[in-house]
Amino acid sequence: MSMLTRFGNGLYTGEKSFDFVGRRMLWYLIGAGVVLFAIVITTLRGGFVFGIEFLGGSEFRVSQPAQIVETTAIDTVNDVVGVGSNPRVSIVGGDSVRVQTEQLTTEQTELIRVELAEAYDVPVSEVASSFIGATWGQDITTQALRALAVFLVLVSAVMALYFRTWKMSLAAMTALLHDLIITAGIYGVLGFEITPAAVIGFLTILGYSLYDTVVVFDKVRENTAEDGEESSRTFADSVNLAVNQTLVRSINTSVVAVLPVGAILFIGSLLLGAGTLRDIALALFIGILAGTYSTIFIAAPMYVHLRENEPEARKQGRRKEVAPVASSGAVR
Amino acid sequence: MAKRSVARQAARSLIWLGVIFALLVGGNALAVFGQAGSWVPKLALDLQGGTQIILEPRLAENQSVSEEQLNQAVSIIRQRVDSSGVAEAEVTTQGGENIVVGIPGEPDQATLERIRSSAKLEFRPVLIAGAANTEPVEPVEAPESPDDQERVEPTSASDLAWITPEIDAEYQSINCFELDTSGANVADPNLPLVTCSQDGFERFILGPVEVGGESIADASSGLIPGPNGAPTNDYGVFIEFDSEGTAGFREVTERLITLPGVQNQFAIVLDGRVISAPRTLAAITDGNPQISGNFTQESAAILADQLKFGALPIGFQVQSSETISATLGVSQLQSGLIAALIGLILVVLYSLFQYRLLGLVTVFSLTTAFVLSYFVITYLSNAQGYRLSLAGVAGLIVAIGITADSFIVFFERIRDELRDGRMLESAIQAAWKRAFRTILASDAVSFIAAVTLYLLAVGNVRGFAFTLGVTTVVDLIIVALFTHPVMQLLGRTRFFASGHPLSGLDPQALGAVYRGRARFREPVAVDKTARERSRGEAKRRQTIAERKAAEAEAADRGAGRIT
Repeated sequence: MSMLTRFGNGLYTGEKSFDFVGRRMLWYLIGAGVVLFAIVITTLRGGFVFGIEFLGGSEFRVSQPAQIVETTAIDTVNDVVGVGSNPRVSIVGGDSVRVQTEQLTTEQTELIRVELAEAYDVPVSEVASSFIGATWGQDITTQALRALAVFLVLVSAVMALYFRTWKMSLAAMTALLHDLIITAGIYGVLGFEITPAAVIGFLTILGYSLYDTVVVFDKVRENTAEDGEESSRTFADSVNLAVNQTLVRSINTSVVAVLPVGAILFIGSLLLGAGTLRDIALALFIGILAGTYSTIFIAAPMYVHLRENEPEARKQGRRKEVAPVASSGAVR
Repeated sequence: MAKRSVARQAARSLIWLGVIFALLVGGNALAVFGQAGSWVPKLALDLQGGTQIILEPRLAENQSVSEEQLNQAVSIIRQRVDSSGVAEAEVTTQGGENIVVGIPGEPDQATLERIRSSAKLEFRPVLIAGAANTEPVEPVEAPESPDDQERVEPTSASDLAWITPEIDAEYQSINCFELDTSGANVADPNLPLVTCSQDGFERFILGPVEVGGESIADASSGLIPGPNGAPTNDYGVFIEFDSEGTAGFREVTERLITLPGVQNQFAIVLDGRVISAPRTLAAITDGNPQISGNFTQESAAILADQLKFGALPIGFQVQSSETISATLGVSQLQSGLIAALIGLILVVLYSLFQYRLLGLVTVFSLTTAFVLSYFVITYLSNAQGYRLSLAGVAGLIVAIGITADSFIVFFERIRDELRDGRMLESAIQAAWKRAFRTILASDAVSFIAAVTLYLLAVGNVRGFAFTLGVTTVVDLIIVALFTHPVMQLLGRTRFFASGHPLSGLDPQALGAVYRGRARFREPVAVDKTARERSRGEAKRRQTIAERKAAEAEAADRGAGRIT
């Protein structure tokens, strides 16, 4: 039997227990610190860097080049604008090369035209340049944000109905906010370009974070519903036990979820450099880890925080002083 | 519950899974042999390339396009492309006046039409109608304009006073077979219009616009119901007006029923041509008219979509339509798939390490989930025009984690039940009830995300939502119809039931309370009365579903003791 199994045994009976709920102030501080760090550094760096899909940019079209190779164009643009400009190159109509870059100055545009003509061995007149608009325009963003707002309201309502308390919804939403800020923050802190792929990654994290929280909260619901007024455990103890009992699941799930994403991130960034794969894998990698952390260290303690002072929950705690039964916990 | 019935239950679940597989494979086979479908999902623009269509505005002289008009047109065109399937098209502007549409694959004429036509709908009263000129006509000279004093101001849109000598001259000389409607889009809605029917056999003088397409709240298409309510064979477009449109429409129809001859007719004008001019038989007060014409099922659906998303502010024509290579190319997809494979191998190793032979159940479940997802996506690709983009592939890879989580939740529950001293079979049963509830709740959240984003968002977000929805449903199907029955069957084998150290379900290793050969006592941690009381409290707080589950569980336990 693996170590984790024995570890799980102890966690289940309560023999071994991590005080997730009790030391919540520490976890809140760590969470708030990371969030603050992400926001401050991103702001200091002048906000997010958006890709050409959001901002539009410049487009070049080389007609009838000597040889149709995409890498030539990438090298040329990188020479002029600097490495990491990440141009989008494709072949149009089978006989011309289309190069899209970020918005360039007039001088840069002229320079790239000349260089492209040279690299592809065509006269400069065969290289046309123009401006292109955003493929991910304001209208997509507006619609997506509206959809997101509707989703969050809907999910909060569904969770409140399912768990029979809006406080779980609130705790889950707070954890979600924490995850999203940290995931987006990585892009801001490292100065990576935000591309549609990254945004899709954020959306996936949104789903994952809530999913993970619901799984743990369902155990919390079970444990807290089982002990009534006479329970030997305080409300906080019950929640803490639930988090501990699902800890092995949390570890296993996040490892299993992170392994493939990590493989993509590793291959995507080492072998291919910047690109859709790296963008999406980075968002997912950070997001999954943040999502697992926030469920255990933020959502659950916050739920206790919100409910502790309710009369029913307090009654439960008082009992403990009267009858100190061993809290080995296997109450079913 | 008797042992045999557990096996039967498991077999039934597996048969259902087989039925689902058979349906999917059958549906795919139908598509492949019947409608030129494929056994491989189609790829999106970023992975496979497609066609780049450059649209340029059709402008009158001295007319220019504003940035606002262009953005509006981009947004409308994107919705139109989206409504034809989940193709993740790329729509953008170029050089401040053109619109570039990138769509995967090769567009047919209908798709081009869907994108390009401006779909400006107008309702105008008919003033004069007649058969079209059969031969080209010499332009008729307009007679000298009478003095302004003699001209009568028209009192309504149906007033024949709109027909000035100039208008009449235009009507006399109009050639319906060479009618250029490019300028009609900018025709003044406050002036009469001389035009022809879409098939070119009729010509009209129409009054000013009474109700415009901007008053349309929604549009749909289908078979037009006949007088007795049964559907006829004619396709039509059903329009739902907003309050303003409804009021306007009622006003006009109330006026038109009183008028004689062709003035009783109401012309429905699309992009400057009359698609039909029905007689007004009754005043339409509910604001839900229907448009008939020579529609096919497809053309009616296209028009309904176009009307729903609104007319383009300017007309466009196709400047060029060329193939375009993938922006990401095959190398990215290949590395993505290699990465996914490596990731999957790591997942398998980790599962085996964590759950020993039980890990094999994870591996087989994931494999089944993968095959199922593959067929669902191929099927949807054939039936719905779904296309797999790199973001979609990434979504599928993340789904590995979420799907595996369902098994992990289930396995951990089984272990918890074993720790409490249950026998394996009843542990599986009890664990399933609790785990499935958790899985349902958490999958519901993912599914709500998928549906909301799919319905409300546009562009790439929709494609993502689609993938998320598919993987969530597949997850539920697999855990309920594969993992659970397989566990039920495995629970009956001696290897697992005896808790072989390699099975991953060894009660001793799990710290269960042991009391002799294969029998466990229930752990008693709290004295009995306290426990009963707290149970009672818990019962009072149970939801209906929980209460039912508890009753069923009690029944199971009772039965379990007899066997």
